[in-house]
Amino acid sequence: MKKMFSRPKSLKDIPFHYCPGCTHGIAHRLVAEVIDELDIRGTTIGVGSVGCSFSTISYFDIDMLQGSHGRGPAVATGLKRVLPDRVVFTYQGDGDLAAIGTGEFIHAATRGENITCIYINNAVYGMTGGQMAPTTLLGQKTKTTPFGRDKDVSGFPIKVCEILTPLEGAAYVARVALHNPKSIIKAKKSIKKAFEIQIKGLGFSLVELLSTCPTNWGMSPLEAVKWLEEKMIPYYPLGEYKTCGGGDL
Amino acid sequence: MKGNDAIGEGAVRAGCRYFFGYPITPQSELTHYLAKRLPEVGGLFLQAESEVASINMVYGASAAGARVMTSSSGPGISLMQEGLSYLAGAELPCVVVNMMRGGPGLGNIAPSQADYFQATKGGGHGDYRLIVLAPNSVQELFDMMLKAFDLADKYRNPVMVMADGIMGQMMEPVIIRDEYEVQIPPKPWAATGMAYHEGKNLINSCYVIPDEMEIHNLELQKKYNEIRPREQVCEDFMLEGAEVVLVAFGTASRICMKVVEKARDKGIPVGLIRPITLWPFPEKYIGEAAGGDKIFLTVEMNMGQMIEDVKLAVNGKAPVYHYGRLGGILPDARDVLTEVERLYRGGGAR
Amino acid sequence: MLEEIYIAGFGGQGTLSTGQLLAHAALKEGKHVSYAPFYGVEKRGGVANCAVTISDRRISSPIVTEPTILVVMNNTSLERFEKSVVSGGLIIVNSSLVDIPVQRDDVNVFSIRANEEAEALGDPMVAVNIILGALVEFAGAVSIESVAESLKEVLPERRHGMIPINVKALERGSKLAREYNISKKANITG
Repeated sequence: MKKMFSRPKSLKDIPFHYCPGCTHGIAHRLVAEVIDELDIRGTTIGVGSVGCSFSTISYFDIDMLQGSHGRGPAVATGLKRVLPDRVVFTYQGDGDLAAIGTGEFIHAATRGENITCIYINNAVYGMTGGQMAPTTLLGQKTKTTPFGRDKDVSGFPIKVCEILTPLEGAAYVARVALHNPKSIIKAKKSIKKAFEIQIKGLGFSLVELLSTCPTNWGMSPLEAVKWLEEKMIPYYPLGEYKTCGGGDL
Repeated sequence: MKGNDAIGEGAVRAGCRYFFGYPITPQSELTHYLAKRLPEVGGLFLQAESEVASINMVYGASAAGARVMTSSSGPGISLMQEGLSYLAGAELPCVVVNMMRGGPGLGNIAPSQADYFQATKGGGHGDYRLIVLAPNSVQELFDMMLKAFDLADKYRNPVMVMADGIMGQMMEPVIIRDEYEVQIPPKPWAATGMAYHEGKNLINSCYVIPDEMEIHNLELQKKYNEIRPREQVCEDFMLEGAEVVLVAFGTASRICMKVVEKARDKGIPVGLIRPITLWPFPEKYIGEAAGGDKIFLTVEMNMGQMIEDVKLAVNGKAPVYHYGRLGGILPDARDVLTEVERLYRGGGAR
Repeated sequence: MLEEIYIAGFGGQGTLSTGQLLAHAALKEGKHVSYAPFYGVEKRGGVANCAVTISDRRISSPIVTEPTILVVMNNTSLERFEKSVVSGGLIIVNSSLVDIPVQRDDVNVFSIRANEEAEALGDPMVAVNIILGALVEFAGAVSIESVAESLKEVLPERRHGMIPINVKALERGSKLAREYNISKKANITG
């Protein structure tokens, strides 16, 4: 009998700490499958971050670095410059990358740093207990926006892909979602493309994954998936924002 | 050779091939030197978007097994403290040069020693130590870069080299030690990809379970306790028969050598102990030098920081006083001498 | 031998490169030497002073607070540093730029209209080297030849064409200093 589905080699056989209905697990799996499929497990090094994703360093069965909050792209830069023939990626949430780490991802991109950022956007701070993220939607209730995010107080949600697109150093920028099987298949394609772009040495790549956080959104997993589709996608349109080399891949 | 160039050349000779940094006066000339020099030896000079990014690039490069450094001054070093804490926590070797300037706040660009506490007591969050070196001549700036990288690799710990704008700008003859052989120890712990070593390498300072965090801390402390007795270095100058012992490091120690010469000319028995390692502090030597009816006077370009370590080392065996100038004003040898004479004649605390 | 020299002026007057020349020459002659510049935050036209210590022994402090020789290139520098010179020391004044008198009577003073002298040589840029020529003559710590040789190291390559006029200026300064010594001796014996 042929085994059709199993744990990717690049993921350790230990239980995730993520809440029920959280899509971090799917994102991990997609990255691990891509590493396996590209056969780069021995040459890939990941940089973890701070937030719910802090324990990615334990889950991936590849060499990993714990980075400080928001500084993943800088850590990855140092690593990649010393080992240019390795594949280096960061795994960061929206608080990590799009708030405290704004300087680092923009400058890594504009330098054309040959690394890949896997960016989880779930519109909320998870680990610290459900506070407003830079990506929290207008009107969205969080612990620090109890009456809903008000543009006059907290401004507007940040759109990372749209910021990166005009930067010359950015080679591949895409936004995908993890709310249904079709989208997940697309998401994996994008992650694979980002890694391939890095392997070809074409420049900076980032894949934004719209994700759910039922716990901090105060919803059931099913409601969360629905909310992602109905609220997040209209504000954060999906698609490939930039593809260096077009259809060559 | 200029002090800044000596630091840069020392780093290159030590096998450092990666520099990540951000401009700030008075350390910018060091970056100018390395920006030219590193590409000549196949290395990389990268100007980062901030000091925060710089130290994290250092973290990444060190994790990959490279000899790597950064440099900055006061405000920039403050920005690097979180990164330094991560480096210390993950036991990553690197060298950081601090060309100290006046503070607090933006302060000024004039020479200072006000970052002594920050460097020797940890600086960032958590229980950790940096190895801290304090050269006082251009020759030593060169030599100590070699030593700094060796110590960093030996103990897998960040090393800070403390100097100031005067030393960076100063020109003095330098003898380049040709016999120095770069010996970078193997780094089987480096995160280079699993194809390059056995199993998974994890560079980490995060231990969620308190018991594991405590064990990690105790291991760090064990290492610091090994470094403490073994690596204390200091120099004395005309200490024989001294009744007043000056203690000073870096630029202040050069001024104090002059004070000692002047005092001895006048028949006042003064000597100098100069800590070369600020952490570990040369407590053993200073402790043994105390006793008799000696008086200690620390001369610092701050309001009294090293004096605390001198007091701990002397441990009540002698009175310890402080003379300091601030804001980039150097202690004037004549003023220090006046203070020495006053104390020698039984002047006591002011 | 211990010569502690302080050269004070504005940026652009060549004070710092003069100090460096002197330091290089001392290094060539195997002396212990230390050079330390002090300047303001301005990138152009601010304070630009430097200290050069030359000795047969290990140099304690590179910071010069009691110079044996002070060179002043403007009024402010004279006012600020006149008092610091050791008794019996020397103040070299560029009197083309300094129009106030030296107050002290326990130091030697050598006034030289360096800018006019430089113009007479054909290049006002070399005023500071005329002063350096005199300084070297008085100090006796290094030779004019070593200073002239050091020009190659201190001047950027694109300025190497300027070396002959610089050497001329050094020699002119040295000659004026020798004449001063002679006239001063004549005064003393007279």
